[in-house]
Amino acid sequence: MEKLTSQYQTSVFFDELIDNKGTPRSPAKQLLGYLDSLSEDELEKRRLAAEATIQEMGISFTVYTEEGNIDRAWPFDIVPRTIEASDWKVAEAGLKQRLKALNLFINDLYHDQNVIKDGIIPEHIIKDSKNFRPECVGVSPAYGVWAHICGTDLVRDENGDFFVLEDNLRVPSGVSYMLENRAITKRVLPEMFENESILPVDSYTSQLFDTLAALSPRDIENPEIVVLTPGIYNSAYFEHAFLAQQMGAELVEGSDLFVDSDDCVYMKTIDGPERVDVIYRRIDDLFIDPEAFDPESVLGVAGLMRAWRAGNVALANAPGAGVADDKVVYAYVPDIIRYFLKEEPILKNVETFLCDDPEQRAYVLENLDKLVVKPANESGGYGMLVGPHSTKKDQALFAELITKNPRNYIAQPTLKLSTAPTLISKGILEPRHLDLRPFILQAKDTYVTTGGLTRVAMKKGSLVVNSSQGGGSKDTWIVETKGQ
Amino acid sequence: MLSRVAERLYWSARYLERVENTARLVSVYDELLFDLPKSIEVSWYNLIEILSGEETFEQRYKVKDERNVVKFLLADDTNSSSMLSSLKMVRENIRTTRDAVPKETWELINELDLYAQQNIKQGINRSERHLFLNTIIEGCQKIIGLFAGAMSRDSGWHFLIMGRYLERADMGTRILDAAVSLMLKSELEARIQLGQVTWSKVLKSQSAYLDYRRTVRTSINGAKATTFLMNDPCFPRSLKYCLGQIGEAATKLPRAGLITAQVDKLLEFDYPIHSSEDLDEDFHNHLNDIQIAIIEINHQITENWFHFRQGDAA
Repeated sequence: MEKLTSQYQTSVFFDELIDNKGTPRSPAKQLLGYLDSLSEDELEKRRLAAEATIQEMGISFTVYTEEGNIDRAWPFDIVPRTIEASDWKVAEAGLKQRLKALNLFINDLYHDQNVIKDGIIPEHIIKDSKNFRPECVGVSPAYGVWAHICGTDLVRDENGDFFVLEDNLRVPSGVSYMLENRAITKRVLPEMFENESILPVDSYTSQLFDTLAALSPRDIENPEIVVLTPGIYNSAYFEHAFLAQQMGAELVEGSDLFVDSDDCVYMKTIDGPERVDVIYRRIDDLFIDPEAFDPESVLGVAGLMRAWRAGNVALANAPGAGVADDKVVYAYVPDIIRYFLKEEPILKNVETFLCDDPEQRAYVLENLDKLVVKPANESGGYGMLVGPHSTKKDQALFAELITKNPRNYIAQPTLKLSTAPTLISKGILEPRHLDLRPFILQAKDTYVTTGGLTRVAMKKGSLVVNSSQGGGSKDTWIVETKGQ
Repeated sequence: MLSRVAERLYWSARYLERVENTARLVSVYDELLFDLPKSIEVSWYNLIEILSGEETFEQRYKVKDERNVVKFLLADDTNSSSMLSSLKMVRENIRTTRDAVPKETWELINELDLYAQQNIKQGINRSERHLFLNTIIEGCQKIIGLFAGAMSRDSGWHFLIMGRYLERADMGTRILDAAVSLMLKSELEARIQLGQVTWSKVLKSQSAYLDYRRTVRTSINGAKATTFLMNDPCFPRSLKYCLGQIGEAATKLPRAGLITAQVDKLLEFDYPIHSSEDLDEDFHNHLNDIQIAIIEINHQITENWFHFRQGDAA
C-alpha cells in the first residue's frame, strides 16, 4: 500500500509540515508517521467522523447571501498544522510587545497625542481615520488599556518567518473555532494526544474571564460580566454564545440592558434590575449606543457611552480602540513600538505602500497587477484587489478609487504564504495556503493563545482564507520536540 | 437570570414536552384504531379536535384521512404545534440559551432534529411509524434525563419544570376530555365495549397503564382511570402531580405569590367521580374550566417574570 505522504508535492512555497526534500519537519514527524500508518479507508472514516462531530456540536457560521442567511457547517480539515514550540515562543513575545505598544498608542491618541507632536505619525492620518472617536477623548479606561482582546493575523513567508498581516482591535472573532477545532481533533485523532506533547489551548476562556473581571469598576468579589451580542443572526453568534457559556457569563442582547438615571447599566432579570460591571461587547462602536452614535441602531443600549465615560461600566474593547487597526496606521506600528517601548519590534510587518504618500502612490498605480490593494477599514477580505488574479477592468476601477481617496488605500506585495498538507479528496494530500490568528489579551496582565486559529484557503492556489469566502480551518498544534 | 433567558427556557421545555406528547398521542391512536371493533366509528380527525387544530387543518387539507392528519400533526410547517415545528422551536430556544443549559443539550437537540427531519417519511407511512415515534420519544427523554442529571437546581431549572408540567397538564386534560367526548358521542350499547378499549389506551398514552394496575388494583373503567389521571399524588403525569410541580418550582422563584395562589386554588377543586355516569357534560365543563385556569397560569408566569417593566432601578 502506498503511503499517504509519498505522493505529496511541495511547491516553491514554504510548507510547514514537509520540507522541499519530502522530509517531515520535526514537529510534524509523529503526526505524519501516524497518518501514513492509516489506510485510505481508515483516514476517510476519520474525516467523516469529524464532519459528523461538527454537525452534532452544531458548529456553524452564518453566511449572508441574497436569498437570506445560511447557517453553514464549519469547514474543517482533519490534518493539523504543527509549529515548533520554540518558534512559537518568539512569536508570542512579539505579539505581547505589539499589543502593549498599540494600547499605549491609543491611550496617547485620546489624551496628549505626543506621538503626533513628536512626528512619529502625521496628524491627518489620525484626524481622517474613520475609527477615531472624538467622544472618547479624555477617557481613561483601567490600566490605560483600550484593546483588551486582539486577534492578530500572522503569515509565514517562503523562509518560514512570521509576519504580521493585520491587527484586529475592534471585535475580532474566531477564538471559539480554535477551541472547537481542538475538541474535534481530540475525537478524531485521539491516539496522537496520548503520545505527543501537544500544548493545550483550553485555558483561553478562563484567561478571558480574568481579563474581563480585572476591568470591573466596582471592587467586588463577583463582578457582573456580560457578553453583548447583536443576536442570533450575526455571523459570529455561535461564538458569542460559546464564550458566554464557557465563562459562565450572561449572554445579553441590547434589549436586555438599560442605563438608568444614575448612569449605571442594568440588566433585566427575573429578580428585577441587576447592575452590570463589565460588558464584553461584540457589536461595532457605531451601534453600541443610539444616543451617542447611530440613532437608528436597535442593537445597542441607549446611554451606554454615558455610563462608560462616567466610569460606571467597563467596555471591552473600549470604544475608539479601532483607531489603531486602520491599515494605514498599521504601516507605522514598527515605529510606534520603538517610540513607546524603546525596543526593536520582534515581529515584522509586511511591506506596505501608503497610497496617501505621493511617491508610494505612483508606485502602486504602476504596479496594480502585482500588488494586493486593501481599503484601510474593511475586514473579512471584502473590497480588495488581488493584482495577479485581477482583470484590467478591476485594476482601472481601483486606480480610480485610489486617486479619489488615497488615504483610504494601502498596497502590499502578493505574499508567498506558507502551505500545509490538506486532505482534498479521499487519500489525497495537497498543499494549501494558510494564515494564523492568535488571540492576545491585555488588562492587568497579557496572555497569548497557544497557537491560534489556522485558516486555510481550500481552493488550489487561492490565498483567500476567510470563512465567508470559502476558506476552511485546521487545528493548530504547538509541539515540543526538544529532547526527542 | 435574564428575563429573556427564563422565558426561552420555559418555552423550550414546553415545546420539548409537546414533541413527546404528540409522538405519544399519534402512537397510541394507531393502536386504538387497530383494537376497536369495525362497527365503531372513530376517526383520525379526533386528534385534530383534541389539539384544537381544526381551523389550521381545514385551511390546508380537504380530506380528513389518516395520512393528512398524521402529516399535519408530525410534519406540517404551517401548523406551529406540529412535531417538526415544535422541535424547531426547541432548537431555536436552546440555541439562544446555550449558556444556561448543560453543554450537551445543544448536541442532543441537533441530533434529534436531524433525525426527525431525515426520517419524517417513516412517521407518515404507517409501516415504520412505531419505530420512528419511539425514537423521537427516546430522544426527548434523553434531553430531559440530561437536565435531570447535569443541571443545577437554580432558576433556569425551575422555569424548565414549570414549562414541562404546564404543557403536560394541558395535554393530559385535553386527552381526558377527548376520551370523555368520544364516550358521550357513542351509542349506549357500544359504550361498554368502547370504554374498555378507550380507557386502557388513554392510560397507555400517558405510560400510566402499569402504575394504574399496581395502584388501583381493579379492572379498568372510565371513573377509575379518570380519577387516577386527575388525582394520583405520585404518578408524574397526573394533573395533581403536574400542578404540584408547577407550584413547588414557583415558590423557589422571586415574587411567586400570584402563581402559587392560582395553583393552590386549582388543587383544591374537588370533583367527585363515583361511576362512569359522572363523566358527563358537567365533567366536560369542569375540564374546560381547568384548561382555562392553566392558560391563566401561563399568562401570570409571563407577566410576573418575563415582561419586564423598566422601574426604579437605583
